[in-house]
Order: sequence, then structure tokens, then C-alpha cells
Amino acid sequence: MSTETAEKKEEVKKEAEALLSKRRKKIVTDPLVDDNPITIQVLGICSALAVTTQMQPTLVMALSVIFVMVMANLTISLLRNKIPTRVRIIVQLAVIASLVTLVNEVLKAFAFDMYKELSVFVGLIITNCIVMGRLEAFALGNKPYDSVLDGFGSALGYSWIILAVAFFRELWGSGSLFGVPIFEAVSGLFGEDFQLATNGIMVTPVGAFLILGLIIWVQRAKTGYVEH
Amino acid sequence: MQQSNAYVITFSVILTVVLGLLLSGTSEVLKPIQKKAEELDTKKQILGAVVQSTELRNMKNEDIEAFYESRIASKVVNINGEEVEQDKDGTPVTAETVDVGRNYKRAPEDRMYPVFIFHEEGREDDVIAYILPVYGNGLWDNIWGYIALQTDLSTIEGVTFAHAAETPGLGARITSSDVQGRFTGKTIYDEGGTLQSVEMQKGEGRDFSDDPHKVDGLSGATITAVGVNKMIRNYMSHYEGYLKRKKDEKGLALK
Repeated sequence: MSTETAEKKEEVKKEAEALLSKRRKKIVTDPLVDDNPITIQVLGICSALAVTTQMQPTLVMALSVIFVMVMANLTISLLRNKIPTRVRIIVQLAVIASLVTLVNEVLKAFAFDMYKELSVFVGLIITNCIVMGRLEAFALGNKPYDSVLDGFGSALGYSWIILAVAFFRELWGSGSLFGVPIFEAVSGLFGEDFQLATNGIMVTPVGAFLILGLIIWVQRAKTGYVEH
Repeated sequence: MQQSNAYVITFSVILTVVLGLLLSGTSEVLKPIQKKAEELDTKKQILGAVVQSTELRNMKNEDIEAFYESRIASKVVNINGEEVEQDKDGTPVTAETVDVGRNYKRAPEDRMYPVFIFHEEGREDDVIAYILPVYGNGLWDNIWGYIALQTDLSTIEGVTFAHAAETPGLGARITSSDVQGRFTGKTIYDEGGTLQSVEMQKGEGRDFSDDPHKVDGLSGATITAVGVNKMIRNYMSHYEGYLKRKKDEKGLALK
């Protein structure tokens, strides 16, 4: 009982907090670099490798993950005092799976090409460790608004990394961005004989490993982060 | 307190019902839109066999509908090449509504075979190509596609392939226009008029431009390539009844 009253007091204190106080900004910005789900926590790697050959599907994937994470965090946080602890994992899974199915259905109706291209990877958001990790670590113990910010921050951290990977993979692998041929245009500037070559390895998952490794390297060199 | 078994069960039941209603509701609302999107996608695939993919990509959805409407005629035939207008239960069939994948599960003699005829605008008799759907197995799941034959009923005008779950970068390359382009100009019949089909060879990078029945293969995706070969051979033999009929018609017209 004592812990419950302590929690209540804290909640009353939070009420006065600004809509975007320092602490809340930190919830959003922390996962962007310092606690990035991909580069620091090394979660959600499989989809980061698989969908990042082109910018457009990657963007759709990023938006889907942002939607699923924000909504799942919100739902779980709203229900956090009602969810029986013994079945909480199943409850989290059910909520995530429903949201993912929803995204999949909407894609199928309004963006069929994307639905075909992303196919199983949208479904695999269910098993994306980032989503469930945030529900378990944050949403179950925090108020709805904070949880929404946390979900948004983590999803954004995931999104910018996969978009960065996709940027280099599409540019070097296919010579284009969002399907617009960049290499062709650049080559045209230098006359007939000048041809920028694309790199086939960037189209394969190996290319994603390379780019991701480089991003992690650069990031850790800058922040001085060391794994313990 | 709240953690009694009864509470856990009640909570789970309520959650299941709420989520279930939500999902079935959305599915019900979105179904007509999804069906339309699927039909448009099929039309795109059919047209992909005769229109350049870059050209197709630049067309708006309504343009594709209109183009399909004015340039494609369709019919359904059986294994003997006879035109079919009703299925076994007597409901009328159109080529667009025939589910090739579902028909694939039946014996070849019982299947319905759609034929899409690409013709000059407004003149259905002025045929440019016959587009025939094909269906088969890849490595992980089904593969399918459309083969467009020129009016000699042997030379391949173009192909499109699609797949459910082939490996990206390997088997999934059958959807790339680079791979599909390798089939253009090949012939499925030899000079004597026997069916030879076309076959992707093992390995990749060799030049088969002087062999009308051999196509450069897919390195690292031999099983998918073999699946494509089987799929084309099977369906070309299933369509042989129709192709023979067409040829005879032509022969008569020439005399």
C-alpha cells in the first residue's frame, strides 16, 4: 500500500508540469541519439536491414512504426492499472498485433504497391523488440501523455536511422532517391562518356550492415559511448 | 486484489471482444477499397507484359483503367481451347474474375484459362498480342505472371512475373524489368511447330541471344528459375488447345 500512495503523490506533482517541460523533451530526444533503439540498444535490426533498399518503402515503414508505437504506448498506459500482471505480455501483444493489422489493412486499401513491397515486414512490426520493450519498460508505469512522448521518441529514433540507411543504400545501390534517378542526372552534367556506377552490394542486406556499422561507428566516436 | 482468476479471465474476454470488433469492423469497411486496389494491380500486371514498366509507372490509376478498357479484350477458355461463358454452377465468368491461383489447385482439365487480348484502340480484331496468365511454385511460395505472345503465337512480346515470398535480391529478382526483358523475342515453338517452351539456364551472365528457347538464368536462385521454367512450360501446354485453334483460324484466313 505504501508504494501506491507514494506513486499518487508523484502524480499530483506532475500535474503542474508544462506540456513540453525539460523532462518531457528529454523523453523524446533521448532515443534520438544517446539512447537510440537501433544504434545503442541494437533492437529492431531485422527490419532495418530488410526494408531499407529504397527510401519510399522505408518512409512508409517508419510512419507505420511511429503510429503503432504511439498508439500502443497510449493504450497500454491508459490500461496500466487495469491490466492483470500475470497476462500483461499477452495483452501487450494483442494490442500491438491489432494495431499492426490495422496498418496493414489500411495500406492494402490505399497504397497497394507499398503493401505488396513491404508485405511481411509490416506484420513483423509485431515482433519488433522496440515496440514491446517500450510498453514493458515505460508505458506500464507511466502516465498516458508521457508514454505517447516516449513512444514517439523511440519510433523517431528508429525511423531516422532506417531512413539514413535507406538514403545511402538507394543512392549508391540504385543511383536514385525516392525513385528519382540522381546518378543519371549527375552523369548527364559531365557529358556522354561520364557514367556514375552503382554498387550492387548496397542492394543486398550486406549493404545495410555496412552502412549501419558506419553510422554506429561515427556516432560512438562522437558521443564517446562505450558498451559496458 | 484485482488479480483473481475471474478478473484475469474477464479482462481477457473483454479485450478480445473489443479488439476483435475493431478489426472486423475495419476489415468490413475497407474491403471494397481493397478489392478495387487488387483489381487495379492485376490490370497493371497484365499490361506490364506489353507496356514498358517505366511508362506504366508514370500513368495515373484512372489512365490505367481507361487504357485497359480501350486496349484489352478478354475471354475464358478451357483446356481444349473452347470458349467458356459459365462455370460449372452456371454463373457467368469473365476473365477478370477468374482466380488463376485458385484454379491452379484443380486438375489442369478442370481449370478455366483466361486470355487477355491486347489490340489496337477500338478495333478488337486488330490483335497485337495474346496475354496468357501463368501460375506455379517458386522456392518459398507461389509465383505467377503473364506471358504476352505475338500474333505468330510463338514469339514472346514480353512477360511480367510476381511472387508471394521469394528471397529479396535473389529469387525476387524475377520482378525486375532487367530479368523479364531477357524473355522478349524468345519463341515457345520450334520451327516444326512443337512446343519447346523457354527455359532459364543455370548460372548467369551468358549470352543466349542465338538460342530462341534458352534464357540467361538467375545466379543464386536456381530453384526459383526452375519454378519459372516449369510454370511457363505447364501453362503453355495447357493453352496449347487455344493456341492451335487460333493458328488454324489464321491458316484459313490466309487461304
